[in-house]
Amino acid sequence: MAHDKTAEDPSAVIPLVETLGLGRRFGSTVALRDVDLRVLPGQSHALVGRNGAGKSTLVSLLTGLASPDTGEVRFGGEAAPSVADRDAWRSRVACVYQKSTVIPELTVAENLFVNRQPLTRFGAIDWRRLRAESRELMEQWDVHVDIDRQVRDLTVEDRQMVEIARALSFGARFIILDEPTAQLDSAEIDRLFERMRALQESGVTFLFISHHLQEVYEVCQEVTVLRDARWILTAPVADLGKAELVKAMTGEAADLGAGVTAPRVADDAPAVLELSAFTGDGFNPVDLTVRAGEVVGLAGSSGSGKVELAESLVGLRAAKGGTLLLDGRSYRTGDVPAALAAGVGCVPRDRHHQGLVPGLSIAENGSMTIAGRLGPAGVIAPRALAGHGERAIADLDIRAEGPSQPVDALSGGNQQKVVMARALATDPRLLVLINPTAGVDVKSKESLLGVIDRVRETGAAVIVISDELDDLRRCDRVVVLFHGDTVAEHAAGWRDQDLVASIEGITA
Amino acid sequence: MITDVTTKAPAPAGAGRRRIVWGRLRELALVPAILVLLVVGSFVSPSFLSQANLVSILGASAALAMLVLAEALILITGKFDLSIESSAGLAPAIGALLVVPATAAVGFGTELPAGVALVAVIAVGAVVGLFNAILIVKFRLNAFIVTLAMLIVLRGLHVGVTEGQTLFDMPDAFFALATTTFVGVPLSVWLAVVAFAIAGFMLRYHRLGRALYAIGGNIEAARAAGIRVERVMIGVYVVGGVLAAVGGLILTGYVGAISANQGQNMIFTVFAAAVIGGISMDGGKGSMFGALTGVLLLGIVNNMLTIAQVSSFWIQAVQGAIILVALMIARVTSGRAQD
Repeated sequence: MAHDKTAEDPSAVIPLVETLGLGRRFGSTVALRDVDLRVLPGQSHALVGRNGAGKSTLVSLLTGLASPDTGEVRFGGEAAPSVADRDAWRSRVACVYQKSTVIPELTVAENLFVNRQPLTRFGAIDWRRLRAESRELMEQWDVHVDIDRQVRDLTVEDRQMVEIARALSFGARFIILDEPTAQLDSAEIDRLFERMRALQESGVTFLFISHHLQEVYEVCQEVTVLRDARWILTAPVADLGKAELVKAMTGEAADLGAGVTAPRVADDAPAVLELSAFTGDGFNPVDLTVRAGEVVGLAGSSGSGKVELAESLVGLRAAKGGTLLLDGRSYRTGDVPAALAAGVGCVPRDRHHQGLVPGLSIAENGSMTIAGRLGPAGVIAPRALAGHGERAIADLDIRAEGPSQPVDALSGGNQQKVVMARALATDPRLLVLINPTAGVDVKSKESLLGVIDRVRETGAAVIVISDELDDLRRCDRVVVLFHGDTVAEHAAGWRDQDLVASIEGITA
Repeated sequence: MITDVTTKAPAPAGAGRRRIVWGRLRELALVPAILVLLVVGSFVSPSFLSQANLVSILGASAALAMLVLAEALILITGKFDLSIESSAGLAPAIGALLVVPATAAVGFGTELPAGVALVAVIAVGAVVGLFNAILIVKFRLNAFIVTLAMLIVLRGLHVGVTEGQTLFDMPDAFFALATTTFVGVPLSVWLAVVAFAIAGFMLRYHRLGRALYAIGGNIEAARAAGIRVERVMIGVYVVGGVLAAVGGLILTGYVGAISANQGQNMIFTVFAAAVIGGISMDGGKGSMFGALTGVLLLGIVNNMLTIAQVSSFWIQAVQGAIILVALMIARVTSGRAQD
């Protein structure tokens, strides 16, 4: 199936990685169809697309974890090695996944040389040489991580650098980064980008996968868009506007600029949530009033205490002091059933960790907060359960086969909608959303954020905790935390640089 | 979105329904194996399929069924309990010691009425379950090690209080579960059927039952959804202890006495039956029907080995081999990894 395009290509540069008519099916479904990707040496090439657009399939074909049904992968103009030859693949390409592929209980040095440890004359592991070679490797690529530390104690940022260094030590100069920024705060992201640029100068080529289009513009030179398992376009980043890029990803124009430009709630609207001197682990006394129909954002970097504050409101953490009133009534903190009964709904920080039970269905996950209300004496009537599931699917536009489909079969965006359904099931008076759009594609992001407006119109209060400016744009005001203190408040209509400055602790 | 070759439209609702029917079918994975065994058994001996023999298979399996039920509930919640085999010995033994005549060789000399003693049997099971639960849930000790230690401690208590002797001087009420029949079938079998039916209903249609799957599937998500995780887990251990005590009482009736090693080594068979029946060792998966088929399969195998007059020196090796084969068959027919 090698229809050679290099001959008619005007560019003389041999691409470092190239796919020609690449396709792959799983059973009767096509996961990837006819994809032509060209990554030039020394570039950072962005790969974007909605969840399920075929990015992961492309990555598994590019890393040799699966073999294509049609087309081929070429490295530096040569055909890719056979799938069985793992070492040959490893010397050409590596992928740093969102999920760590290093072994947490081992040291950095040992991780770098797992299963290829240098040996002494007698065949035992030569620890001295192993550590020396590790140190040399880290110095060569200018990575500042202590090789004697256990990987479990590293930050996500350092862990990623260890994975990159390991890939480079195999000889690979093409590295795929699968959503590397998803778990980093903005300072860490900046450092990652600096490292990427430095490595790029030393001849490393990146394929960068991200849901954050801003990052694509910041760090990449070219971008390839996939949609519905097909290649849509490849273009220099500089020639492609953000709106065009979103249009290529979704197949339709999306209004990302939508946001609140001025606060919409009058000062005399009744207070729903009142915090005074409310304090707990990770945050200092907070005074905050959220009125009926108001949307308040909580922003801050990863150690700011914003998540801890939110989790104290929803019952996931016990507070240490101060008062907490919801519609004038207090409730116990650190007790989820008490928070639910008081009228708090929550989308927790991480859907895999706290949001979903993988084997259970959409209907069950979505109604877990109201399991006692689906029939007499705690019996769960199958019809009530299915009905609830169907309503959630319709209300939140969940793409699924039906309410009884297990949630692990859904894409990330649809999974997050199920978590949202669980939070909304109790008709909350206060809805707390922690990172509601993390790892979610543009289209799902829109419908998830659309919920915020629907809820505020019912007269409930909404608190949004997020690192993403697009999420915070839906808020009437954004409260910024820094090292546990509330340091600033921005009314809707804020300028990006002002908000970012106060998140970073820079006072103007 | 992965697109369909034939249509670009989202899959029709029928596809979802088909998957659910298939999901139910997985619970039936062992049924073919059981049918094959019944056919093989009829060749081994013409009396195998007689009503008397089938009833005796059920009677012999009732105690195992109660213990498997206890273990299955705990496994679905994502925890572990090895000590139920010792509870099955200790609980009836304590009850017996409370009730035997003061003249008996061992006993507390209290000569309590039989009804009170039977309540004590249940209470011992519940207390053991509660103690396990407090160590595991409240003090966050490892369930495997805690219940392993408890298995040894409880066995030791049993041997200690009975001075290693076999108890048989109990009133008829202690043996009634195995000796009384209803419609030709021992009460113990009816009790197991009712217990499985209730558990099966609760696990499928009640919030408490569904909470076990939620906790076993993702404990943090269950907590965030407002399920009182600690309370439910403690409850499951207590129920497990009670079921083990009842299972012990059935054993007592079946054997007609309480030896110092009643229930010993039973935990291996309990785990084998549960896992063959599709209960996941990792929690969150499995059904009561599946567990029941696991029990029946092992019960039929034991009966066949006895009828075929396999030498008692070889019976263990054959039993173990059959458990391995059953695991492989269940793996193939259910089409999913056992974990």
